[in-house]
Amino acid sequence: MTDHWLILGASSSIARAFAREVGRRGAALTLAGRDAADLDASAADAQLRGAASARALPCDAADATSRATFLARAALPGTVLNVFLAIGSMPEQEAMDGDPMLLAAMIEANYSGPVALLQGLAGAFEAQRGGRVVIVGSVAGDRGRRKNYLYGSAKAGLARYAEGLRARLHPCGATVTLVKPGFVDTAMTWGLPGLFLVASPEGCARAILRAAERGVATLYVPFFWRFIMLIIQHIPAHVMKKLKF
Amino acid sequence: MSRWAERELSGWGRVHKARCLAARPERQAELAATLASEGTLLAFGAGRSYGDVALNSGGRAVITSRLDRLLSFDPDSGLLVAEPGVTLGTLFDTFLPLGFAPPVAPGTGFATLGGAVANDVHGKNHHLQGSFGHHLEWLDLRLPNGESRRITAAEQSSLWRATLGGLGLTGLIERVALRLKRVPSNALVVRKRRIPDLDAFLAAFDAHARSDYAVGWIDALARGPDLGRGILETAAPAERSLGSAATGGVRVPFDFPSFALGRTSVRAFNALYRRHVPAGGVESTMPYAKFLFPLDALHDWNRIYGRRGFHQFQCLVPFEGGAVTLRRMLEGIAQSGLGSFLAVLKAMGERGSGYLSFPAPGYTLALDFPNAPGVKELLARLERLAADAGGRVYLAKDATLSADLLPAMYPELDRFRAVLDEIDPQGRMTSDMARRLAIRKLPA
Repeated sequence: MTDHWLILGASSSIARAFAREVGRRGAALTLAGRDAADLDASAADAQLRGAASARALPCDAADATSRATFLARAALPGTVLNVFLAIGSMPEQEAMDGDPMLLAAMIEANYSGPVALLQGLAGAFEAQRGGRVVIVGSVAGDRGRRKNYLYGSAKAGLARYAEGLRARLHPCGATVTLVKPGFVDTAMTWGLPGLFLVASPEGCARAILRAAERGVATLYVPFFWRFIMLIIQHIPAHVMKKLKF
Repeated sequence: MSRWAERELSGWGRVHKARCLAARPERQAELAATLASEGTLLAFGAGRSYGDVALNSGGRAVITSRLDRLLSFDPDSGLLVAEPGVTLGTLFDTFLPLGFAPPVAPGTGFATLGGAVANDVHGKNHHLQGSFGHHLEWLDLRLPNGESRRITAAEQSSLWRATLGGLGLTGLIERVALRLKRVPSNALVVRKRRIPDLDAFLAAFDAHARSDYAVGWIDALARGPDLGRGILETAAPAERSLGSAATGGVRVPFDFPSFALGRTSVRAFNALYRRHVPAGGVESTMPYAKFLFPLDALHDWNRIYGRRGFHQFQCLVPFEGGAVTLRRMLEGIAQSGLGSFLAVLKAMGERGSGYLSFPAPGYTLALDFPNAPGVKELLARLERLAADAGGRVYLAKDATLSADLLPAMYPELDRFRAVLDEIDPQGRMTSDMARRLAIRKLPA
């Protein structure tokens, strides 16, 4: 049966590269997000490059009504459901400090919205007894850093959610892969200072698909971030609290 | 919306570099929003033009590489609509399996559609197919004032003729509608044979006026009776497809030291290249990309010229009196001993329809020079020879032309300027080339 990849947050750089990668291999695609014109363009592109089918579906992860409408239309009969979730937003931490609404919206975009969507789709994986879930988290969720702990804590919540969902879906044979990108050359990181060894979205997409197909639980991309984060995870709390990064 | 980041961009020849603020939009809405910024602006594609045509020092650059989606394709008419950052190589990869190919391609598959429009590029089939602009149906252009306009080939408006080959100075290209052509297979049958001298070369182009593709490679160091010797390559579509070959290629991992391209090593390379074609000629079937984009398998090949970079000179001289001019040029180049790899010679066809389109009936000669002492003087002599012959240099390659030669080379320059004055009175769209060649005459 044809694989159906449901791409949530499909306008993001990594999601776009991932959609192209699975589309090239003949998957059916649903591209979900807020920018309808942009999603239509990406759907046309996927179709011309070999996807079995491609459609754009509006979905605002931070809006309960939009989520419900989206979930009702998410399934594609005669296909195996797989989900790639790359929803997120990273406002300046200082801006969130002075603006509680912005802080709440950030948590909605990075945690509550994605969790509501995935929870709405979990039953379909149990029903079909299989499939792949890929959740794009962040290395920022591995520790609470002074400069980025608001965003990091939302991503940490998403990571714990992924762990629980993995356990829930394990009996039915579906897998959950949590991806933690380091520095990837995306619109989000364009022009940020202090980046090094920046990876291409295309390279990440290939690595992510390989990991998802093998049912890998956690994937750092590029791979060496596993070692960087291993060190950072072992910084003792009394040291961590003194660090300014 | 798009963030602006400080970047150093460079032309493919790496002689010209530009510090600028760069954005890299991924959505059409972000592309349009770049015009809401302050200061001057210019689109930048794959960075495959050689000189400073795509650079805007101290201003802003809008990098189009992430606007790379195919938007629609009609197999009945062959009409493709795509974003400006799509590369020609992608079109060959995607559409050859469907029996279609871009009708015109420059010497690299890494060039973008936007760049192909802005330079009205041509290829090894120009004598029959004309230039890129001849195969366009329409363009969506975001004007400097923020307005989006669809301009069409059928209308041939002054804005169309200013945009085609217009060096990016009329605005930002949002979408390109290009007619692909049907091809019988994914491969070409390529014939190569040795040519003893320049006269034989020019005669060979006449004899091959009906060959789909025809291009000559000249040993630019050969002198005396051997002047203009080289290899003629002609090609025609193969009837049957080749199995899918491995692609990819090799990277040049570091800048070569400057002695690597000394006189002796280049002479040896050119002699070897010539001898790999047997005296009786040779015929082989190869993928389109291998014939059209011979250097693409060697990524970053510009690093072979080392840190100082290189110049590419490409000129066009009218058929009439062309042989004499070419001979003078080749003599001057051989005498200078400024090592150059192979020079490319080609007979061109119909003129382009842009005000600043390069192609026109005549011979075109193109070759590389390392950015070594004496090369500027040599280039100045070659540019003067081209101008005196009623010819021109190709602005997509140029880095050294002086402003006073431009009006003679491009007689429709004033019509081009008139369009820019109308659509961009403030001079928002500009480039290092536009400043160097005084293309805009704006109050300082």
